[in-house]
Amino acid sequence: MSRPEPVPAAVHALAALLAVGLGALVGWGVLTLPEATGLQEAVSSQMDRSGVTHPVTAVLLNFRGYDTLLEVAVLLLALIGTWSLRLAPVGRSRDRPGLVLRELVRLLVPLLVVIAGYLLWLGAHAPGGAFQAGALLAAAGVLLMLAEVRPLSGLPPVALRLLAALGVAVFLAVALLVMARGRLLEYPVEWAGGLILAIESAATLSIGLALAFLFRGDEPRGIDDGGRGG
Amino acid sequence: MDPVGSLSLVAIDWLLALAIVALAVGALSVRSLFTGVVLFIALGLLLALAWVRLHAPDLALAEAAIGAGLAGALLLAAARRLAGPAHPEGIGDDEQA
Repeated sequence: MSRPEPVPAAVHALAALLAVGLGALVGWGVLTLPEATGLQEAVSSQMDRSGVTHPVTAVLLNFRGYDTLLEVAVLLLALIGTWSLRLAPVGRSRDRPGLVLRELVRLLVPLLVVIAGYLLWLGAHAPGGAFQAGALLAAAGVLLMLAEVRPLSGLPPVALRLLAALGVAVFLAVALLVMARGRLLEYPVEWAGGLILAIESAATLSIGLALAFLFRGDEPRGIDDGGRGG
Repeated sequence: MDPVGSLSLVAIDWLLALAIVALAVGALSVRSLFTGVVLFIALGLLLALAWVRLHAPDLALAEAAIGAGLAGALLLAAARRLAGPAHPEGIGDDEQA
């Protein structure tokens, strides 16, 4: 890798000056903010209509579900973008994964899957939810890739694509179906809890798959070549 | 809370804040990409603790799992690809594509 040309000291000084100035401006802005309680009261007054008891989940999946829908879609787009690129070649390491790594993975992966399910379920009434649970599933997938275990290698690539799109698909389907009784993403109060759990379950699987395959990088092509990790 | 407890909490907050800034400076200024990524992961973990101290456990969970864990793994993988095929035992030796 070639090293770039050295940057003149004056440029460094100017950049430092700009950074300090911007920092001071942001600090001044934060310190002079008027006292406000934000939207806490608005959220807590509507909590019994949200279908969950944890205010963060109520905001993310119900009151501002639109933002979360777009976030899940952005992750899918990132995965599609990565799969569309040809990746730089990587030096193959000569060593096989060691005994310690393989045994650690054997112990950790089931634990990670259980904790992911727990966090997903916990999201309704305590900190947790789809992104955290999905990240744990992805961590399990990354560990499996490091240990060169491929539990998904039997799946055809199209199944992996469907799984990656599942989160957005379920979220969009729910968003559109509830329009029969109201407006986009306005869940009926009596179904809200179940709908949120369905969306979060699908999103957890897709987020876990997307993050793990972002780590792997290339696109799964055929059965021989593709579908590593979980 | 008793005065000793609250004083030690203040000390922890200051240590956290200073360590986060120091790790950020370190992650940006070290020459080795690998060292930079490791410092970034450490930064993410301390940031998760900072969110806990700010009573935002949701953010702390997300930061620890995604910001420190997954982003760290992605950056390590990217750093290894940047190192190129000429360094087979370079960065992230324990991982195989």
